Amino acid sequence: MNKLAPDEVDRIAALARINLSTEEKSKLAVEMAGILDYVGKLSKVNVEGIEPTAQVTGLENVTRADDQMKDIFRGTKPATLLEQAPEREGDHIKVKVVLKKN
Amino acid sequence: MTKVIDNQKLTIGLARKMLEGKEISVEELRNLFVGRIKERNPAVNAYLSVFETHPGESAPRPSANASRLSGMPCIIKDNILVEGKKATGGSKILENYLASYDATVVAKLKQSGADILGKGNLDEFAMGSTGEYSAFGVTHNPYDLSRVAGGSSSGPAAAVADGQAIFGLGSDTGGSIRTPAAFCGVVGLKPTYGRVSRFGLMAMASSFDQIGPITQNVEDAAEVLSVIAGRDYRDSTSSPSLVPDFAAGLGESIAGLRVGVPREFNGYGLDVQVKEKIEVAIKKLESLGAKIIDISLPMTEYALAAYYIIVPSEISANLARYDGIRYGLSERKKAGNLLEVYVNSRDEGFGPEVKRRIMIGTYALSAGYYDAYYAKAQKVRTLIRKQFSDVFKKCDIIAGPTTPTMAPKIGELGDPLAFYLADIFTVQANLAGLPAISIPCGFGQEEGVKLPVGFQMMADYFKEDLLLKAAYALEQHIK
Repeated sequence: MNKLAPDEVDRIAALARINLSTEEKSKLAVEMAGILDYVGKLSKVNVEGIEPTAQVTGLENVTRADDQMKDIFRGTKPATLLEQAPEREGDHIKVKVVLKKN
Repeated sequence: MTKVIDNQKLTIGLARKMLEGKEISVEELRNLFVGRIKERNPAVNAYLSVFETHPGESAPRPSANASRLSGMPCIIKDNILVEGKKATGGSKILENYLASYDATVVAKLKQSGADILGKGNLDEFAMGSTGEYSAFGVTHNPYDLSRVAGGSSSGPAAAVADGQAIFGLGSDTGGSIRTPAAFCGVVGLKPTYGRVSRFGLMAMASSFDQIGPITQNVEDAAEVLSVIAGRDYRDSTSSPSLVPDFAAGLGESIAGLRVGVPREFNGYGLDVQVKEKIEVAIKKLESLGAKIIDISLPMTEYALAAYYIIVPSEISANLARYDGIRYGLSERKKAGNLLEVYVNSRDEGFGPEVKRRIMIGTYALSAGYYDAYYAKAQKVRTLIRKQFSDVFKKCDIIAGPTTPTMAPKIGELGDPLAFYLADIFTVQANLAGLPAISIPCGFGQEEGVKLPVGFQMMADYFKEDLLLKAAYALEQHIK
């Protein structure tokens, strides 16, 4: 394909939560088509009966004890984490309204 | 301190001798490197931030590695968290973010007494193979400032090559330690997936990422790996595999070592000068008693395609957290509602390559395309692992070039695919999770300037000791 359809780029950008400019969208329509064409060569590979690989360690059900959570950040206090928030109110991170009143 | 010291010749071994012999103090050693950084950073741009004082040595716990790297000046890639210091990830979206905690590897380095000099430049969120995608300017190759240092661990590799650090920590998802090590003429090691904790590393592709050492020589790589490796309860993907002393076997004979040379690594735009140096290195291995075996890696043709489906997919999930809410750039002034905070922050904060990969990943995971792209690629990944398990029945080490070319000029690579194709020899190690190392094997020449060439070796899972032994043996005989 030469380029992705504009509404396809819009759909993906909305899912990706990125407000792309018009120029970015036209550029990406072409670039994405080129990349998707290249990776499309996998259609030639026979994978019948092959299981997918999600991870390469082979580890399963790795757990840790509840009390290990105490030291997980090596002594960092919640206040330090909150300091990085763009907008705060006391110990809360402030955001724009999520649910509107009717 | 009376004699003039060449930073670029200082290894951990040499520096340790000088410190123990009182030829130099820890502070003098630090000043040597900080002085070099101040002199060279404007031209090379390896460091994004420099720590004026030692960031603090934690109280040594009883451990075999306490003080093992005492006083050693090092650079940490800026996608690895150092508590209280800026961690930008090479991105505008984290331009002013201060790390809230130490990555496990950083905590281990501090326990071993290492002196962190600062944070290293990188392609934004580790996405790139040249260093050109950093939001804070490209890192220049110390051998030729008009050329790239390689990516994505561009800062650490250039700093070690230029005598601005004795060692560095980088991260490798598709070649990001090995490629810059090759372009800058230093050693870069990607451990087996799970060998080193990823806690405190900004996640790019969680089933591929590994942190590893970038050093002047193989012995130093073994030293640093010994300190940073090991199971971490904070990282559920870290392996319980026992950590040997990786430096212990160095110097042993490699007679009888079976070295597989993949015939597929002879193509893909392999530069004739690179090919020549690789062949010399292979002959050297043979002269040391290794058995050279012709092998095939038939999945090479498809590996890059599988990589550039799975990795962007994992990226699209991992970078969802950068939304302007809990940290980082937050575009709220123009935003009329919550959704606009997300879409505007991400638009303003992310660079073009990051956007491209998020878009590709989102597409590959979306309804209607998931089976053809992502699910298919995961099955191809299984075939790649099967390929290696077959090959490692016939040989102990797989050897070849790290990259098809020497360092390109800044701005030379045009379209995104050209950058991706530079990873052709490195990505399979990440897809399978195998350990791999790049060591310098001589120089080629472009326009009268000598440029480093990297030799890559891969070994089977958790066989870093064998990998390092083979690399060390070759290193002693390559000049």
